[in-house]
Amino acid sequence: MQLRKHRLDNGLEILAEINPSAHAVACGFFVRTGARDETPDMGGVSHFLEHMVFKGTRNRSAEQVNRELDEMGSHSNARTGEESTIYHAAVLPDFQTPVVELLADILRPALRIDDFETEKQVIIEEIRMYDDQPPYGGYERIMAEFFGDHPLGQSVLGTVQTVSDLTPEKMHRYFDQRYSPANIAFSVAGNVDFERLVDDLDRCCGDWKPFKASRDNRQASPRSGFVSLHRPESTQQYILQLADGPAANDPDRYAARILATIFGDDSGSRFYWEFLDSGLAESAAVGNQEYDNAGLVMTFLCCAPEQAQENINRIASLQAALLTAPATERELELAKSKITSHIILSSERTESRMFSVGSQWLRGHEFKTPREISDIYQAVTLQEIQDVAAKYPLTRNMTVSVGPLDTLQSAK
Amino acid sequence: MIKAPQQIHIHKLQNGMTVLGEVMPWLESAAFSFSVPAGCQYDPSERLGLASFVCEMVQRGAGSLDSREFIERLESLGVDYGSSTSVFHTHFNGAMPAERIYEALAVYRDVIRNPWLPGDQIEDARQVGIQEIRSLDDDLSQRVLLQLRLRQYGQPSGRWSHGTFEGVNAVDSNDIGTFFERHYQPDGLILTIAGNIDWPILVKSVETMFGDWTGKATNPIVETAPIRGSLHIPFESQQVHIGIACPTRTYNDPDYFLARAATGVLSDGMSSRLFSELREKRGLCYSVFASLHSVLTQACVVAYVGTGTDRAQQSLDALVEQLVKLREGVSESELGRFKIQIRSSLVMQQESSRSRAGSIAGDWMHLGRVRTLNELTDVINGLTVECVNKFLDENPYEKFNLVTLGPEPLEMNHAASQTST
Repeated sequence: MQLRKHRLDNGLEILAEINPSAHAVACGFFVRTGARDETPDMGGVSHFLEHMVFKGTRNRSAEQVNRELDEMGSHSNARTGEESTIYHAAVLPDFQTPVVELLADILRPALRIDDFETEKQVIIEEIRMYDDQPPYGGYERIMAEFFGDHPLGQSVLGTVQTVSDLTPEKMHRYFDQRYSPANIAFSVAGNVDFERLVDDLDRCCGDWKPFKASRDNRQASPRSGFVSLHRPESTQQYILQLADGPAANDPDRYAARILATIFGDDSGSRFYWEFLDSGLAESAAVGNQEYDNAGLVMTFLCCAPEQAQENINRIASLQAALLTAPATERELELAKSKITSHIILSSERTESRMFSVGSQWLRGHEFKTPREISDIYQAVTLQEIQDVAAKYPLTRNMTVSVGPLDTLQSAK
Repeated sequence: MIKAPQQIHIHKLQNGMTVLGEVMPWLESAAFSFSVPAGCQYDPSERLGLASFVCEMVQRGAGSLDSREFIERLESLGVDYGSSTSVFHTHFNGAMPAERIYEALAVYRDVIRNPWLPGDQIEDARQVGIQEIRSLDDDLSQRVLLQLRLRQYGQPSGRWSHGTFEGVNAVDSNDIGTFFERHYQPDGLILTIAGNIDWPILVKSVETMFGDWTGKATNPIVETAPIRGSLHIPFESQQVHIGIACPTRTYNDPDYFLARAATGVLSDGMSSRLFSELREKRGLCYSVFASLHSVLTQACVVAYVGTGTDRAQQSLDALVEQLVKLREGVSESELGRFKIQIRSSLVMQQESSRSRAGSIAGDWMHLGRVRTLNELTDVINGLTVECVNKFLDENPYEKFNLVTLGPEPLEMNHAASQTST
């Protein structure tokens, strides 16, 4: 496997991990923009725009875009997060050029008014769908509570109100501020003809005008507290917690991820033995999320309402015990083995390689192979884990409880 | 680009257990899947959830490992493991770095043959089962789809494995022991392994682990007829969750791929009819799909749409209209897109030992043999518009079962869609 890079004159980065024995080519545009780059009155515009990208261009109708993607037998989709929007497709190698041409074309969407109003209805249905699904808006609420007025507290989907208020003009304005080629990378993995790829992208994207697309990446001031969202029709109670964690460029992130595996992986962790093996909860897990200049550790637990208060107390006891009964050599060894195996398994899929290459660019990382990443995890020591546990105490957190009970409280 | 010749192997043990393998030397991983003929179809009607309960219990200590050592062992081997219970089988599966496959199989030999079934863990296992049932309650679309399947197939094929509160609460150590003795037997057990494996060594190793095991399953099953007609589950939700189902061909039916192509035209890809007509053109919904579901002797097309209450009736009508309209036939370009999508998926399956292990096991259960990727590609390439359309004309989608969940019930309006009673 070989990593090759090229930068077009307008700043668009091309990153390719070439594996001639792969069965497929997976590729995607990674745009460094998301909910944190929106103004509050434009809540949901990044995600709405992601939908509109598939609704046609100067050269193609929405129907043509969909039909062409299917005619290539592509596995394609898009996703929007707090700080990225990704448009991706996996195809057989014969379709490399057509898929690149199509993805490049749709990245300059027409944003036609009729399509805009129809798609607005689809987005509103998407918001309603998530309202019906656990944890019923709990994630959006805890991000807003935890980050306060920091832009990372903004919801990816937006609300029915903010989405209803959007217009094609506002979306155009957002597009013109964010979709600069210098703010975009094209990531590709698999059986790729790199020279042809560069030629195709130069031909299709070379005329995209660059401009400065900066981001408000000021430091967050995470808040703590306890919030109840009363939802009487829910059967289970959902507990979410956020605590401060290492940011995307913080070298502590590897130790922090091992710590989260030891503490709260959905199998074999301290959380597992406390909550899942015993049936005290239906699900319980802890995971890290890293952003540009901010990071968090999320705890999630779902259980019967009558067990919720005791489970909140148990979470607090386990968190406190991380400092008094720190991770052991055995725990560290098992976590490393689990992480290494996961890296090997996921690196077999061309699509996951493309995501890895693109995500590393999004975070501003120097590219690392799966083996190099695995080696970094292997080198983490108990002391480093203990330092991370002390530096980012899970006991200082924001908690949101969602469900039939509205009388729950922080752990005593 | 299918790597040829595909190396698929079959080995039958004297005791009735079958081992299926696919050698994929380009991978670093291997994956296994044990399908034990201990599905929830064998749950007694007053113990619904028993098969799933036993699946949980056998992993709470086996052979020389207690429940904590069992999980630690899997983790130290780097096994990404899981288990589940379906109507016909209980499955134990895992994927890992290939060189660890023998040690992983040895762990599961004990799970399947020598579990402790420790009495002091029964209450914890019961709580796990109860939590699963409770969580299902909060999954609104899943509730609709499970009810739909139950009504379409009847008992036991339409069952879901979680069971009921009454059933799970009633289970005792005697039930667990009896179920285990009766159904965890080699006869009918399928072990599938795919990935970077050495087949002769693997067979030898499996023979050593399972060759001396004997026994036949005894399988009393009570069947009940499907229930036709509509069901509405009143619930104050944001969306109305709508599911409809109608009968179609099973996976082992010679016409299966004609039916599958029809469902593909309806729902595979972004240019499919449902996505295009309901979502893209009319903006009625975010989630809409149809899929073909097959158990051994029954199959159905299941279609789902979730939408706001104000447009729910309109969405149901549009969904039924598309299903009924399929009788008028599919076009050359629609079938062409279906074919390339399937071919592309088949090629990409070769990137994953886990998905190949799953496919092989599925083929064996339904067909008693394994289709190669080339054979499947030939079948797909051989489909013609004439054949698909003749099939659709002779087998139109009709006699729908309807299940809805939301504030208000809906009506089946389309004349051709009258539910049978």
